[in-house]
Amino acid sequence: MIPTGSHSSQARTGSLAGVAPDTEGHGDISVGVAGSGDSSASATRITPGNALRPEDIALEVRTGLVKPSEDAAEYALRLGDDALILAQRLGHWISRAPELEEDVALGNIALDQLGHARSFLSYAGGAWEKSEDELAYFRREHEFRSAHLFEQPNGDFAVTIARQFVVSYYQFELYRRLTESTDATLAAISAKAVKEVDYHRDHSAQWILRLAQGTEESRRRITHGLRLIWPYVEELFVDDELTSRLAEAGTAVEPSSLRADFDRLTGAVFAEAELEVPNVPAAPGGGRRGKHSEHLGYILAEMQVLAREHPGASW
Amino acid sequence: MASQNLQSVPDQPAGPGAGDAQDQTAQLEAEGQAYFDRVMAEDSRIEPKDWMPAAYRKTLLRQISQHAHSEIIGMQPEANWISRAPSLKRKAILMAKVQDEAGHGLYLYSAAETLGQSRDKMMDDLIAGKARYSSIFNYPALTWADMGAIGWLVDGAAICNQVPLCRASYGPYGRAMVRICKEESFHQRQGFEILLELSNGTPAQKQMAQDAVNRWYAPALMMFGPPDDDSPNSKQSMAWNIKRFSNDELRSRFVGMMVEQVRVLGLTLPDSEVRFNEETKKWEHGPLDWEEFKEVLAGRGPCNAQRLERRREAHDDGAWVREAAAAYAAKQARKHAEKEFAA
Repeated sequence: MIPTGSHSSQARTGSLAGVAPDTEGHGDISVGVAGSGDSSASATRITPGNALRPEDIALEVRTGLVKPSEDAAEYALRLGDDALILAQRLGHWISRAPELEEDVALGNIALDQLGHARSFLSYAGGAWEKSEDELAYFRREHEFRSAHLFEQPNGDFAVTIARQFVVSYYQFELYRRLTESTDATLAAISAKAVKEVDYHRDHSAQWILRLAQGTEESRRRITHGLRLIWPYVEELFVDDELTSRLAEAGTAVEPSSLRADFDRLTGAVFAEAELEVPNVPAAPGGGRRGKHSEHLGYILAEMQVLAREHPGASW
Repeated sequence: MASQNLQSVPDQPAGPGAGDAQDQTAQLEAEGQAYFDRVMAEDSRIEPKDWMPAAYRKTLLRQISQHAHSEIIGMQPEANWISRAPSLKRKAILMAKVQDEAGHGLYLYSAAETLGQSRDKMMDDLIAGKARYSSIFNYPALTWADMGAIGWLVDGAAICNQVPLCRASYGPYGRAMVRICKEESFHQRQGFEILLELSNGTPAQKQMAQDAVNRWYAPALMMFGPPDDDSPNSKQSMAWNIKRFSNDELRSRFVGMMVEQVRVLGLTLPDSEVRFNEETKKWEHGPLDWEEFKEVLAGRGPCNAQRLERRREAHDDGAWVREAAAAYAAKQARKHAEKEFAA
């Protein structure tokens, strides 16, 4: 059982297709700050007392309170890998952003993604008795299940924003639906994540507008950035046997079912920015089956180097 | 209780034929000085709109902007390890820490702006190599254990320096320091924890921790600035209630704290001359290489060029983004104004 207040863990039933649209504003972001009483917490990041932490999930997995089905674990691995690889990419911006405010903003988004990754991986690991770190640091390229979008290089700020734009609108639609998952842990992680991803949407959409309507140069760059990123959109919405089984069980949704909302909401931003949706051929992807681009090897080489130098060590 | 008219110190000397204005200016200056002196005597606070001596303003502006620059440049040695942090939890903590440092830079630039200089100008001075930042950040972060040593020793020294600054006579600076110190003490503890974990880990990990402490110890002690007999500005800063304790006094306190903590870590300080002097009741340490300090300060440290270039690169690469944001904001303001006008 996961102690997450209103998102606690009784199993939910019913179709996920009936989730009411919740696409305006940030919804309820009030959190239990009062009484958390952690004066040592970093003041730039309020840690609410009842927030679901990766450590909570790891503990529940370790003590046998929760154990994902093999399918749920495979699925959590996909979501966790998406978020982990993105966090690794975004972390590079910290100390390199165009403005200090963006060092903070991109760092914050990276932290949120890393938090989601840790939760999903901690949960997934429950199926195979592996910790989040064993999954992150001791798997090889073909064992990662992230989609190609997440491993795309940062490029300039426009490419990063284009990637963020797609990611945040996709993740919002996904997590919003997963809050109704029959898998209580997936629902709880998603309930926390969707509030954070809502801000990521806000951040990316505002920058799309600024860059599209700022200067000629910024418009040229964001147009180019979106063209570079758009081939990797398609893969996010591809159904496969795993997602079909999970959708039937009410654990997850078919990725294709998110597409209409994604297109509608990103379309509204494109329209306001007076940009065209890029008309570029889709790349075949394959990340969900462990087939990756040339980029992932470098990401993992850097991320894993120290942990692998000291196998079995704790940090 | 500063009266509003005390702020009006003209930047330009009055032109010929402005005799009355000159007299008035002189009178305001005298009133301002009297108020300022009273604030200092009462150990109270000067606020941005209060009159203040030009030298006080200049000293504060230099100190606060240097402090801000140190936070910003100080992000680099640690950002260097974000991608390679050996566990996801450590990666999250390190990201949060480096992000905090950007936040500290922001508060401090804001505090400095209340003294009349724009953040853009301060940033330009930093990139042009005209402004200083703490020399400690010109040393390289070579291993993961450096994340521990930087947190424990460098942030630890910074806290010793900064806690008294929470009572600095300039209001915005003192208030910024309160928040910064809270976060810094969290940073120091996470550094200590990294070292503790390494020290209790494998022999290779323990060796990594000791090596990092060995490299960061002396540079951290030098963060307090030159010895008192070679610190020309200290006396005036103390008279202005900006600085509360001398460099050597703070350094001695810091050594005392480290001596205790290093035992808990199961590591050693690379200094055989550390001792408590019963007569002076102060901690003493071995000689420090002040020639090296001066060399690094003069730009001849291991990473000076690299750190500045990285900041310059981020600034230059981001120029088109800042221009776009400014252009967009101007267009939006124009649209808004047209709408208002039409209504």
